[in-house]
Amino acid sequence: MNEKTSGPVQAECEIISNRKVGAYHHLTLAAPGIAEVARPGNFVAISVGDSRTSMLLRRSFAIYQATSRGPFGGTIEIIVAPHGDGSTWIAQRVAHERLNVIGPLGNAFKIPKDPVRALLVGGGYGSAPLFPLAELLRQKNSRVEMAVGASSAERVFAPVEGKRSVHSLVIATEDGTLGSKGRVTDLFDNALTNIDIVYACGPMGMLKALSVIGTAAGVTVQCAVEESMACGIGLCMTCVLPVRDKEGVIKMLRSCVEGPIFDGAAVQWDGIGTIPPGTYGAPK
Amino acid sequence: MSTSSLDFTTQLGTALFPNPILTASGCAANGKELSAFFPLGDIGAVVTKSVMNHPRSGRATPRMAETPSGMLNAIGLQGPGIDNFLREDLPWLVEHGARTIVSIAGESVEEFAALSRKVRNAPGVSALEVNISCPNVENRGLVFACDRTSAREVIEAVKRSVGNSLPIIAKLSPDVTDIVSIAEEVISAGADGLAMINTLLGMVINTETMRPHLANKTGGLSGPAIRPVAVRAIFQVHQAMPKVPIVGMGGVLTGNDAFELVLAGASAISIGTATFHDPSAPIRIKQELEELLNSRGFTRFSDAVGYAHRSQS
Repeated sequence: MNEKTSGPVQAECEIISNRKVGAYHHLTLAAPGIAEVARPGNFVAISVGDSRTSMLLRRSFAIYQATSRGPFGGTIEIIVAPHGDGSTWIAQRVAHERLNVIGPLGNAFKIPKDPVRALLVGGGYGSAPLFPLAELLRQKNSRVEMAVGASSAERVFAPVEGKRSVHSLVIATEDGTLGSKGRVTDLFDNALTNIDIVYACGPMGMLKALSVIGTAAGVTVQCAVEESMACGIGLCMTCVLPVRDKEGVIKMLRSCVEGPIFDGAAVQWDGIGTIPPGTYGAPK
Repeated sequence: MSTSSLDFTTQLGTALFPNPILTASGCAANGKELSAFFPLGDIGAVVTKSVMNHPRSGRATPRMAETPSGMLNAIGLQGPGIDNFLREDLPWLVEHGARTIVSIAGESVEEFAALSRKVRNAPGVSALEVNISCPNVENRGLVFACDRTSAREVIEAVKRSVGNSLPIIAKLSPDVTDIVSIAEEVISAGADGLAMINTLLGMVINTETMRPHLANKTGGLSGPAIRPVAVRAIFQVHQAMPKVPIVGMGGVLTGNDAFELVLAGASAISIGTATFHDPSAPIRIKQELEELLNSRGFTRFSDAVGYAHRSQS
Protein backbone atom coordinates (compact mmCIF):
# COMPACT_ATOMS: atom_id res chain seq x y z
CA MET A 1 0.00 0.00 0.00
CA ASN A 2 2.07 2.90 -1.27
CA GLU A 3 -0.10 5.85 -0.30
CA LYS A 4 0.15 9.00 1.72
CA THR A 5 -1.14 8.45 5.23
CA SER A 6 -3.48 10.95 6.81
CA GLY A 7 -1.84 13.62 8.91
CA PRO A 8 -0.83 17.26 8.88
CA VAL A 9 -1.11 19.37 5.74
CA GLN A 10 1.74 21.38 4.23
CA ALA A 11 0.62 24.48 2.36
CA GLU A 12 1.72 27.88 1.09
CA CYS A 13 -0.60 30.09 3.13
CA GLU A 14 -1.37 33.67 2.15
CA ILE A 15 -1.16 36.24 4.92
CA ILE A 16 -4.54 37.98 5.19
CA SER A 17 -3.38 40.46 7.79
CA ASN A 18 -0.55 41.21 10.21
CA ARG A 19 -1.46 43.47 13.12
CA LYS A 20 0.81 44.58 15.93
CA VAL A 21 -0.69 43.80 19.34
CA GLY A 22 1.51 45.10 22.14
CA ALA A 23 4.85 43.36 21.84
CA TYR A 24 3.39 40.74 19.50
CA HIS A 25 2.22 40.32 15.94
CA HIS A 26 -1.18 38.85 15.24
CA LEU A 27 -1.11 37.08 11.87
CA THR A 28 -4.17 35.77 10.06
CA LEU A 29 -3.41 33.18 7.39
CA ALA A 30 -5.57 31.58 4.74
CA ALA A 31 -5.11 27.95 5.70
CA PRO A 32 -7.69 25.72 4.06
CA GLY A 33 -7.20 22.10 5.07
CA ILE A 34 -5.62 23.18 8.36
CA ALA A 35 -8.27 25.49 9.82
CA GLU A 36 -11.11 22.97 9.46
CA VAL A 37 -9.42 20.26 11.52
CA ALA A 38 -7.48 22.34 14.07
CA ARG A 39 -8.43 21.92 17.74
CA PRO A 40 -7.41 24.14 20.69
CA GLY A 41 -3.86 23.25 21.68
CA ASN A 42 -2.71 22.30 18.17
CA PHE A 43 0.13 24.24 16.61
CA VAL A 44 1.64 24.99 13.21
CA ALA A 45 5.28 24.89 12.07
CA ILE A 46 6.33 27.66 9.69
CA SER A 47 9.48 27.85 7.59
CA VAL A 48 11.64 30.96 7.55
CA GLY A 49 12.87 32.75 4.44
CA ASP A 50 12.85 31.71 0.79
CA SER A 51 14.09 28.51 -0.86
CA ARG A 52 17.73 29.50 -0.27
CA THR A 53 17.26 30.50 3.35
CA SER A 54 20.11 30.14 5.82
CA MET A 55 17.60 29.47 8.63
CA LEU A 56 16.46 25.92 8.01
CA LEU A 57 14.47 25.09 11.08
CA ARG A 58 10.74 25.66 11.33
CA ARG A 59 9.28 27.89 14.01
CA SER A 60 6.28 26.58 15.88
CA PHE A 61 3.26 28.63 16.94
CA ALA A 62 0.17 27.62 18.87
CA ILE A 63 -2.98 28.21 16.86
CA TYR A 64 -4.86 31.13 18.37
CA GLN A 65 -8.08 31.02 16.36
CA ALA A 66 -9.15 28.66 13.60
CA THR A 67 -12.14 29.61 11.48
CA SER A 68 -13.29 27.03 9.00
CA ARG A 69 -15.62 29.33 7.03
CA GLY A 70 -15.25 32.98 6.17
CA PRO A 71 -14.62 35.39 3.31
CA PHE A 72 -11.17 33.81 2.82
CA GLY A 73 -12.21 30.19 3.36
CA GLY A 74 -10.49 28.48 6.29
CA THR A 75 -8.19 30.80 8.23
CA ILE A 76 -5.93 30.40 11.23
CA GLU A 77 -4.52 33.09 13.49
CA ILE A 78 -1.22 32.97 15.32
CA ILE A 79 0.53 35.27 17.78
CA VAL A 80 4.20 35.81 16.98
CA ALA A 81 6.66 37.16 19.52
CA PRO A 82 9.66 38.43 17.57
CA HIS A 83 12.75 37.59 19.60
CA GLY A 84 15.13 35.63 17.40
CA ASP A 85 16.02 36.15 13.74
CA GLY A 86 13.46 33.60 12.54
CA SER A 87 10.44 34.80 14.51
CA THR A 88 11.38 38.39 13.64
CA TRP A 89 11.38 37.50 9.93
CA ILE A 90 7.93 35.94 10.26
CA ALA A 91 6.63 38.92 12.26
CA GLN A 92 7.78 41.29 9.50
CA ARG A 93 5.79 39.61 6.71
CA VAL A 94 2.95 41.66 5.24
CA ALA A 95 -0.47 40.92 3.77
CA HIS A 96 -0.49 38.87 0.54
CA GLU A 97 2.93 37.33 1.18
CA ARG A 98 2.91 33.58 1.66
CA LEU A 99 4.27 31.41 4.42
CA ASN A 100 4.98 27.69 4.19
CA VAL A 101 2.87 26.20 6.96
CA ILE A 102 2.50 22.64 8.28
CA GLY A 103 -0.43 21.86 10.52
CA PRO A 104 -2.37 21.17 12.52
CA LEU A 105 0.32 19.54 14.66
CA GLY A 106 0.46 17.97 18.09
CA ASN A 107 -2.30 16.89 20.44
CA ALA A 108 -5.14 19.05 21.73
CA PHE A 109 -6.44 20.02 25.16
CA LYS A 110 -8.74 17.31 26.51
CA ILE A 111 -12.25 18.57 27.16
CA PRO A 112 -14.32 16.88 29.89
CA LYS A 113 -17.72 15.62 28.73
CA ASP A 114 -19.53 17.19 31.67
CA PRO A 115 -19.51 20.83 32.74
CA VAL A 116 -16.51 21.72 34.93
CA ARG A 117 -15.05 24.67 36.76
CA ALA A 118 -11.93 25.38 34.71
CA LEU A 119 -8.99 27.68 35.36
CA LEU A 120 -7.00 28.71 32.30
CA VAL A 121 -3.55 30.16 32.92
CA GLY A 122 -1.45 31.79 30.22
CA GLY A 123 2.04 33.20 30.41
CA GLY A 124 2.85 35.91 27.84
CA TYR A 125 1.43 34.97 24.44
CA GLY A 126 0.83 31.49 25.85
CA SER A 127 -2.67 32.73 26.61
CA ALA A 128 -3.49 32.71 22.87
CA PRO A 129 -4.60 29.05 22.49
CA LEU A 130 -6.57 29.31 25.75
CA PHE A 131 -9.22 31.64 24.27
CA PRO A 132 -10.63 29.12 21.75
CA LEU A 133 -10.39 26.52 24.53
CA ALA A 134 -12.49 28.82 26.71
CA GLU A 135 -15.11 29.03 23.95
CA LEU A 136 -15.24 25.26 23.69
CA LEU A 137 -15.51 24.81 27.46
CA ARG A 138 -18.33 27.34 27.65
CA GLN A 139 -20.19 25.49 24.92
CA LYS A 140 -20.10 22.54 27.37
CA ASN A 141 -21.58 24.81 30.05
CA SER A 142 -18.34 24.94 31.98
CA ARG A 143 -17.36 27.86 34.14
CA VAL A 144 -14.14 29.42 32.80
CA GLU A 145 -11.81 31.58 34.84
CA MET A 146 -8.66 32.90 33.23
CA ALA A 147 -5.43 34.28 34.60
CA VAL A 148 -2.84 35.86 32.35
CA GLY A 149 0.65 36.85 33.40
CA ALA A 150 3.56 38.51 31.67
CA SER A 151 6.68 40.50 32.41
CA SER A 152 4.94 43.78 31.53
CA ALA A 153 1.67 45.18 30.15
CA GLU A 154 2.72 45.07 26.49
CA ARG A 155 3.36 41.32 26.84
CA VAL A 156 -0.10 40.52 28.20
CA PHE A 157 -2.12 38.92 25.45
CA ALA A 158 -5.79 39.31 26.37
CA PRO A 159 -7.78 40.80 23.48
CA VAL A 160 -11.18 42.35 24.11
CA GLU A 161 -13.00 39.70 22.08
CA GLY A 162 -11.21 36.99 24.08
CA LYS A 163 -12.35 38.48 27.37
CA ARG A 164 -15.93 37.79 26.33
CA SER A 165 -15.28 34.07 26.22
CA VAL A 166 -14.38 33.81 29.91
CA HIS A 167 -16.39 34.38 33.07
CA SER A 168 -13.54 36.14 34.83
CA LEU A 169 -10.11 37.38 33.91
CA VAL A 170 -7.27 38.36 36.22
CA ILE A 171 -3.93 39.73 35.11
CA ALA A 172 -0.54 39.90 36.77
CA THR A 173 2.60 41.58 35.50
CA GLU A 174 6.03 41.28 37.03
CA ASP A 175 6.63 45.03 36.77
CA GLY A 176 3.09 45.93 37.88
CA THR A 177 2.25 47.86 34.68
CA LEU A 178 -1.03 45.96 34.37
CA GLY A 179 -3.12 44.06 36.93
CA SER A 180 -1.48 42.98 40.14
CA LYS A 181 2.28 43.08 40.54
CA GLY A 182 3.96 39.70 40.58
CA ARG A 183 3.78 36.36 38.86
CA VAL A 184 0.55 34.88 37.60
CA THR A 185 1.05 31.88 39.88
CA ASP A 186 1.04 34.21 42.90
CA LEU A 187 -2.63 34.95 42.13
CA PHE A 188 -3.85 31.59 43.41
CA ASP A 189 -1.21 30.41 45.81
CA ASN A 190 -2.94 27.62 47.76
CA ALA A 191 -6.16 28.85 46.26
CA LEU A 192 -7.26 26.18 43.83
CA THR A 193 -10.62 26.00 45.49
CA ASN A 194 -13.73 25.45 43.41
CA ILE A 195 -11.57 24.42 40.43
CA ASP A 196 -11.89 21.01 38.77
CA ILE A 197 -9.25 21.34 36.07
CA VAL A 198 -6.42 23.68 35.09
CA TYR A 199 -5.24 24.36 31.54
CA ALA A 200 -1.92 26.13 31.17
CA CYS A 201 0.31 27.41 28.41
CA GLY A 202 3.48 29.40 28.96
CA PRO A 203 7.06 29.17 30.13
CA MET A 204 8.32 25.98 31.79
CA GLY A 205 8.76 27.68 35.18
CA MET A 206 5.10 28.69 35.24
CA LEU A 207 3.95 25.23 34.15
CA LYS A 208 6.03 23.59 36.83
CA ALA A 209 4.70 25.91 39.55
CA LEU A 210 1.11 25.26 38.44
CA SER A 211 1.67 21.50 38.36
CA VAL A 212 2.91 21.60 41.96
CA ILE A 213 -0.11 23.65 43.05
CA GLY A 214 -2.48 21.39 41.08
CA THR A 215 -1.00 18.19 42.44
CA ALA A 216 -1.32 19.50 46.01
CA ALA A 217 -4.98 20.33 45.38
CA GLY A 218 -5.69 17.06 43.56
CA VAL A 219 -6.52 18.93 40.37
CA THR A 220 -5.36 17.89 36.89
CA VAL A 221 -3.18 20.46 35.14
CA GLN A 222 -2.99 20.13 31.37
CA CYS A 223 0.23 21.85 30.34
CA ALA A 224 1.09 23.00 26.83
CA VAL A 225 4.89 22.99 26.88
CA GLU A 226 7.29 25.18 24.94
CA GLU A 227 10.26 23.03 23.94
CA SER A 228 12.68 24.05 21.25
CA MET A 229 11.79 22.17 18.03
CA ALA A 230 13.65 21.69 14.78
CA CYS A 231 10.98 20.11 12.58
CA GLY A 232 7.70 20.11 14.55
CA ILE A 233 6.55 16.87 12.93
CA GLY A 234 8.29 14.15 14.92
CA LEU A 235 11.36 13.47 12.79
CA CYS A 236 14.25 15.05 14.61
CA MET A 237 13.89 14.04 18.31
CA THR A 238 15.13 17.39 19.61
CA CYS A 239 12.01 18.57 21.51
CA VAL A 240 11.90 15.71 24.03
CA LEU A 241 11.22 15.95 27.73
CA PRO A 242 10.98 13.32 30.49
CA VAL A 243 7.37 12.22 31.09
CA ARG A 244 6.08 9.36 33.23
CA ASP A 245 3.75 7.10 31.24
CA LYS A 246 0.71 5.14 32.43
CA GLU A 247 2.91 2.20 33.45
CA GLY A 248 5.03 4.52 35.58
CA VAL A 249 8.02 4.47 33.23
CA ILE A 250 9.78 7.76 32.47
CA LYS A 251 10.25 8.21 28.74
CA MET A 252 11.80 10.97 26.66
CA LEU A 253 8.70 12.05 24.72
CA ARG A 254 8.56 14.41 21.76
CA SER A 255 6.60 17.55 22.59
CA CYS A 256 5.64 17.92 18.92
CA VAL A 257 3.93 14.56 18.52
CA GLU A 258 3.19 13.14 21.98
CA GLY A 259 2.60 16.75 23.15
CA PRO A 260 2.62 19.70 23.28
CA ILE A 261 -0.01 19.05 25.95
CA PHE A 262 1.01 16.83 28.84
CA ASP A 263 -0.46 16.04 32.23
CA GLY A 264 1.53 18.32 34.53
CA ALA A 265 1.73 15.57 37.16
CA ALA A 266 3.47 13.25 34.66
CA VAL A 267 6.12 15.68 33.42
CA GLN A 268 9.38 15.38 35.33
CA TRP A 269 9.88 19.13 35.60
CA ASP A 270 13.06 18.93 37.66
CA GLY A 271 14.47 16.43 35.17
CA ILE A 272 14.16 18.69 32.12
CA GLY A 273 17.62 19.17 30.70
CA THR A 274 18.71 15.80 32.10
CA ILE A 275 18.01 12.13 31.58
CA PRO A 276 16.41 11.35 34.99
CA PRO A 277 17.68 8.15 36.63
CA GLY A 278 15.55 5.18 35.62
CA THR A 279 14.42 6.72 32.32
CA TYR A 280 13.62 4.10 29.69
CA GLY A 281 16.84 3.45 27.78
CA ALA A 282 18.98 5.62 30.08
CA PRO A 283 22.72 4.95 29.95
CA LYS A 284 23.61 2.24 32.43
CA MET B 1 4.25 10.58 -12.97
CA SER B 2 7.09 11.55 -15.27
CA THR B 3 6.73 10.97 -18.96
CA SER B 4 10.48 11.11 -19.59
CA SER B 5 12.39 8.10 -20.84
CA LEU B 6 15.13 8.56 -18.26
CA ASP B 7 16.36 5.32 -16.67
CA PHE B 8 16.37 6.57 -13.08
CA THR B 9 17.26 3.24 -11.48
CA THR B 10 20.32 2.79 -9.33
CA GLN B 11 22.10 -0.06 -7.68
CA LEU B 12 23.82 -0.39 -4.31
CA GLY B 13 25.59 -3.73 -4.30
CA THR B 14 22.94 -6.29 -5.25
CA ALA B 15 20.04 -3.99 -4.29
CA LEU B 16 18.20 -2.25 -7.10
CA PHE B 17 16.19 0.93 -6.51
CA PRO B 18 13.73 2.62 -8.91
CA ASN B 19 15.30 6.00 -8.21
CA PRO B 20 18.33 7.29 -6.30
CA ILE B 21 16.60 9.48 -3.68
CA LEU B 22 16.76 8.16 -0.10
CA THR B 23 16.15 9.64 3.30
CA ALA B 24 19.15 10.02 5.63
CA SER B 25 19.37 8.04 8.83
CA GLY B 26 18.27 10.12 11.79
CA CYS B 27 16.36 12.62 9.65
CA ALA B 28 13.24 10.61 8.84
CA ALA B 29 12.63 8.79 12.15
CA ASN B 30 11.27 5.42 10.99
CA GLY B 31 9.13 6.72 8.16
CA LYS B 32 5.69 6.98 9.73
CA GLU B 33 5.68 10.75 10.29
CA LEU B 34 7.01 11.44 6.79
CA SER B 35 4.34 9.31 5.13
CA ALA B 36 1.78 12.10 5.67
CA PHE B 37 3.69 14.16 3.11
CA PHE B 38 4.33 11.67 0.29
CA PRO B 39 3.97 7.94 -0.39
CA LEU B 40 7.19 6.44 0.94
CA GLY B 41 7.41 4.01 -1.97
CA ASP B 42 7.84 6.93 -4.38
CA ILE B 43 11.43 7.46 -3.26
CA GLY B 44 14.25 4.95 -3.66
CA ALA B 45 14.29 3.90 -0.01
CA VAL B 46 13.76 5.02 3.55
CA VAL B 47 16.96 4.87 5.59
CA THR B 48 15.79 4.35 9.15
CA LYS B 49 17.22 6.02 12.24
CA SER B 50 20.36 4.20 13.43
CA VAL B 51 19.12 1.62 15.91
CA MET B 52 21.08 0.00 18.72
CA ASN B 53 20.73 -3.32 20.51
CA HIS B 54 18.82 -1.91 23.47
CA PRO B 55 16.24 0.89 23.84
CA ARG B 56 18.00 4.20 24.29
CA SER B 57 16.89 7.47 25.88
CA GLY B 58 19.32 9.64 23.99
CA ARG B 59 20.92 12.71 25.50
CA ALA B 60 19.67 15.52 27.67
CA THR B 61 18.29 18.68 26.08
CA PRO B 62 19.14 21.09 24.57
CA ARG B 63 19.96 18.71 21.76
CA MET B 64 19.89 21.15 18.88
CA ALA B 65 21.02 24.57 17.70
CA GLU B 66 20.34 26.31 14.43
CA THR B 67 23.55 27.44 12.74
CA PRO B 68 24.17 29.43 9.53
CA SER B 69 22.75 27.26 6.72
CA GLY B 70 22.70 24.26 8.99
CA MET B 71 22.12 22.85 12.41
CA LEU B 72 24.00 21.19 15.20
CA ASN B 73 22.51 18.14 16.89
CA ALA B 74 23.34 15.81 19.72
CA ILE B 75 20.35 13.49 19.93
CA GLY B 76 22.42 10.57 21.16
CA LEU B 77 20.70 7.85 19.13
CA GLN B 78 17.38 7.87 21.00
CA GLY B 79 15.52 4.81 19.81
CA PRO B 80 13.44 1.72 20.54
CA GLY B 81 16.19 -0.90 20.32
CA ILE B 82 16.49 -3.47 17.55
CA ASP B 83 13.87 -5.95 18.82
CA ASN B 84 11.09 -3.35 19.04
CA PHE B 85 12.23 -1.88 15.73
CA LEU B 86 12.01 -5.22 13.93
CA ARG B 87 8.67 -6.05 15.57
CA GLU B 88 6.93 -2.71 14.95
CA ASP B 89 8.71 -0.20 12.72
CA LEU B 90 10.08 -2.42 9.96
CA PRO B 91 6.80 -4.30 9.31
CA TRP B 92 4.99 -0.95 9.15
CA LEU B 93 7.41 0.26 6.45
CA VAL B 94 7.06 -2.95 4.48
CA GLU B 95 3.28 -2.79 4.71
CA HIS B 96 3.33 0.80 3.44
CA GLY B 97 5.35 -0.03 0.36
CA ALA B 98 8.67 1.48 1.46
CA ARG B 99 11.94 -0.06 0.43
CA THR B 100 14.02 0.06 3.58
CA ILE B 101 17.69 0.43 4.37
CA VAL B 102 18.14 -0.38 8.04
CA SER B 103 20.82 1.67 9.81
CA ILE B 104 22.51 0.14 12.84
CA ALA B 105 24.84 1.67 15.43
CA GLY B 106 26.80 -0.09 18.15
CA GLU B 107 29.21 0.69 20.93
CA SER B 108 31.30 -2.41 20.28
CA VAL B 109 32.21 -4.75 17.43
CA GLU B 110 30.06 -7.42 19.15
CA GLU B 111 27.02 -5.12 19.23
CA PHE B 112 27.34 -4.44 15.50
CA ALA B 113 27.64 -8.19 14.85
CA ALA B 114 24.57 -8.97 16.98
CA LEU B 115 22.53 -6.21 15.33
CA SER B 116 23.40 -7.33 11.82
CA ARG B 117 22.51 -10.97 12.62
CA LYS B 118 19.05 -9.82 13.67
CA VAL B 119 18.55 -7.59 10.62
CA ARG B 120 19.73 -10.37 8.26
CA ASN B 121 16.78 -12.53 9.26
CA ALA B 122 14.16 -9.79 8.94
CA PRO B 123 12.03 -9.71 5.81
CA GLY B 124 11.78 -6.60 3.67
CA VAL B 125 15.24 -5.10 4.13
CA SER B 126 16.98 -3.80 0.99
CA ALA B 127 20.37 -3.06 2.53
CA LEU B 128 22.15 -2.54 5.82
CA GLU B 129 23.75 0.79 6.72
CA VAL B 130 26.48 0.39 9.30
CA ASN B 131 26.77 3.70 11.11
CA ILE B 132 30.33 3.69 12.37
CA SER B 133 30.52 7.48 12.41
CA CYS B 134 27.95 8.88 14.83
CA PRO B 135 29.71 11.83 16.48
CA ASN B 136 27.46 11.83 19.53
CA VAL B 137 28.94 8.88 21.33
CA GLU B 138 30.19 8.89 24.89
CA ASN B 139 33.82 8.52 23.91
CA ARG B 140 35.34 9.99 20.76
CA GLY B 141 37.50 6.87 20.68
CA LEU B 142 34.27 5.02 19.79
CA VAL B 143 33.94 6.75 16.44
CA PHE B 144 35.00 3.62 14.60
CA ALA B 145 35.14 5.47 11.28
CA CYS B 146 37.94 7.69 12.59
CA ASP B 147 40.31 4.74 12.87
CA ARG B 148 41.19 2.30 10.09
CA THR B 149 41.59 -0.72 12.35
CA SER B 150 38.35 -0.13 14.26
CA ALA B 151 36.45 0.53 11.03
CA ARG B 152 37.78 -2.72 9.54
CA GLU B 153 36.92 -4.76 12.63
CA VAL B 154 33.29 -3.60 12.62
CA ILE B 155 32.76 -4.20 8.91
CA GLU B 156 34.45 -7.62 9.02
CA ALA B 157 32.20 -8.65 11.91
CA VAL B 158 29.09 -7.42 10.09
CA LYS B 159 30.18 -9.20 6.92
CA ARG B 160 30.64 -12.46 8.87
CA SER B 161 27.10 -12.01 10.23
CA VAL B 162 25.24 -11.21 7.03
CA GLY B 163 27.44 -12.82 4.37
CA ASN B 164 26.05 -12.01 0.96
CA SER B 165 22.43 -11.84 2.12
CA LEU B 166 22.36 -8.01 2.29
CA PRO B 167 24.45 -5.22 0.78
CA ILE B 168 26.53 -3.56 3.50
CA ILE B 169 26.87 0.22 3.36
CA ALA B 170 29.45 1.74 5.71
CA LYS B 171 28.64 5.28 6.85
CA LEU B 172 31.79 7.38 7.06
CA SER B 173 32.81 10.47 8.98
CA PRO B 174 34.38 13.47 7.24
CA ASP B 175 36.29 14.24 10.47
CA VAL B 176 39.39 12.34 9.34
CA THR B 177 42.63 13.32 7.68
CA ASP B 178 42.32 10.87 4.81
CA ILE B 179 38.80 9.62 4.08
CA VAL B 180 40.04 7.62 1.07
CA SER B 181 42.15 5.35 3.25
CA ILE B 182 39.17 4.67 5.58
CA ALA B 183 36.96 4.01 2.56
CA GLU B 184 39.48 1.56 1.09
CA GLU B 185 39.75 -0.19 4.45
CA VAL B 186 36.00 -0.79 4.86
CA ILE B 187 35.60 -1.89 1.24
CA SER B 188 38.40 -4.44 1.60
CA ALA B 189 36.76 -5.57 4.86
CA GLY B 190 33.60 -6.47 2.96
CA ALA B 191 31.45 -3.35 2.61
CA ASP B 192 29.54 -3.17 -0.67
CA GLY B 193 29.08 0.57 -0.61
CA LEU B 194 29.68 3.76 1.36
CA ALA B 195 27.40 6.40 2.84
CA MET B 196 29.04 9.76 3.18
CA ILE B 197 29.19 12.14 4.80
CA ASN B 198 27.98 11.90 8.38
CA THR B 199 27.89 15.19 10.32
CA LEU B 200 30.99 17.16 11.26
CA LEU B 201 31.71 17.69 14.94
CA GLY B 202 30.93 21.24 15.97
CA MET B 203 30.01 23.49 18.88
CA VAL B 204 27.83 26.52 19.54
CA ILE B 205 28.35 28.72 22.58
CA ASN B 206 25.32 30.63 23.82
CA THR B 207 26.51 34.20 24.31
CA GLU B 208 23.75 34.92 26.87
CA THR B 209 24.48 31.99 29.17
CA MET B 210 28.13 32.09 28.07
CA ARG B 211 28.20 28.27 28.04
CA PRO B 212 28.06 25.64 25.27
CA HIS B 213 24.47 25.61 23.99
CA LEU B 214 24.08 21.82 23.74
CA ALA B 215 23.83 19.73 26.90
CA ASN B 216 26.37 17.45 25.23
CA LYS B 217 28.58 20.50 24.49
CA THR B 218 29.49 19.19 21.03
CA GLY B 219 27.17 18.07 18.27
CA GLY B 220 27.05 17.03 14.63
CA LEU B 221 26.87 19.81 12.05
CA SER B 222 24.62 19.19 9.05
CA GLY B 223 22.86 21.16 6.33
CA PRO B 224 24.01 23.15 3.27
CA ALA B 225 26.91 24.57 5.30
CA ILE B 226 28.71 21.22 4.94
CA ARG B 227 27.83 20.48 1.31
CA PRO B 228 31.24 21.43 -0.16
CA VAL B 229 32.85 19.03 2.32
CA ALA B 230 30.53 16.26 1.08
CA VAL B 231 31.27 17.05 -2.56
CA ARG B 232 35.02 16.93 -1.90
CA ALA B 233 34.85 13.68 0.08
CA ILE B 234 32.66 11.93 -2.50
CA PHE B 235 34.87 13.18 -5.34
CA GLN B 236 38.05 11.89 -3.68
CA VAL B 237 36.62 8.47 -2.85
CA HIS B 238 34.99 8.01 -6.26
CA GLN B 239 38.28 8.90 -7.89
CA ALA B 240 40.09 6.24 -5.87
CA MET B 241 37.38 3.56 -6.24
CA PRO B 242 35.12 4.42 -9.20
CA LYS B 243 33.23 1.11 -9.04
CA VAL B 244 32.19 1.43 -5.40
CA PRO B 245 28.64 2.78 -4.99
CA ILE B 246 28.41 5.85 -2.78
CA VAL B 247 25.26 7.10 -1.04
CA GLY B 248 25.99 10.81 -1.06
CA MET B 249 24.62 13.22 1.52
CA GLY B 250 25.45 16.56 3.05
CA GLY B 251 23.17 19.57 2.83
CA VAL B 252 21.17 18.66 -0.25
CA LEU B 253 18.19 21.06 -0.44
CA THR B 254 17.41 20.98 -4.17
CA GLY B 255 17.70 18.79 -7.24
CA ASN B 256 20.68 20.88 -8.30
CA ASP B 257 22.42 20.14 -5.01
CA ALA B 258 21.73 16.43 -5.51
CA PHE B 259 23.11 16.65 -9.06
CA GLU B 260 26.34 18.13 -7.70
CA LEU B 261 26.86 15.09 -5.47
CA VAL B 262 25.99 12.76 -8.36
CA LEU B 263 28.58 14.46 -10.59
CA ALA B 264 31.12 13.97 -7.80
CA GLY B 265 30.37 10.25 -7.77
CA ALA B 266 27.25 9.48 -5.72
CA SER B 267 25.03 6.62 -6.94
CA ALA B 268 22.25 7.60 -4.55
CA ILE B 269 21.41 10.75 -2.60
CA SER B 270 20.17 10.91 0.98
CA ILE B 271 18.04 13.88 2.00
CA GLY B 272 18.67 14.77 5.64
CA THR B 273 18.37 18.17 7.28
CA ALA B 274 16.32 19.42 4.31
CA THR B 275 13.49 17.18 5.49
CA PHE B 276 13.21 19.16 8.74
CA HIS B 277 12.91 22.33 6.68
CA ASP B 278 10.53 20.81 4.14
CA PRO B 279 9.15 17.30 4.72
CA SER B 280 8.25 17.14 1.02
CA ALA B 281 11.91 17.71 0.10
CA PRO B 282 12.72 14.09 -0.86
CA ILE B 283 9.93 13.90 -3.43
CA ARG B 284 10.54 17.46 -4.70
CA ILE B 285 14.28 16.83 -5.07
CA LYS B 286 13.57 13.60 -6.92
CA GLN B 287 11.48 15.51 -9.48
CA GLU B 288 13.99 18.34 -9.76
CA LEU B 289 16.89 15.93 -10.29
CA GLU B 290 14.94 14.00 -12.90
CA GLU B 291 14.17 17.23 -14.81
CA LEU B 292 17.79 18.34 -14.55
CA LEU B 293 19.13 15.03 -15.89
CA ASN B 294 16.69 15.20 -18.77
CA SER B 295 17.63 18.78 -19.60
CA ARG B 296 21.33 17.86 -19.62
CA GLY B 297 20.61 15.06 -22.07
CA PHE B 298 21.20 12.06 -19.83
CA THR B 299 19.11 9.01 -20.66
CA ARG B 300 20.48 6.94 -17.78
CA PHE B 301 21.03 8.22 -14.25
CA SER B 302 24.06 5.94 -13.95
CA ASP B 303 25.80 7.83 -16.77
CA ALA B 304 25.78 10.99 -14.64
CA VAL B 305 27.42 9.32 -11.64
CA GLY B 306 30.94 10.71 -11.37
CA TYR B 307 30.55 12.68 -14.60
CA ALA B 308 32.70 15.50 -13.15
CA HIS B 309 35.68 13.11 -13.31
CA ARG B 310 35.65 12.77 -17.12
CA SER B 311 38.79 13.74 -18.97
CA GLN B 312 39.10 17.16 -20.61
CA SER B 313 38.13 17.21 -24.25
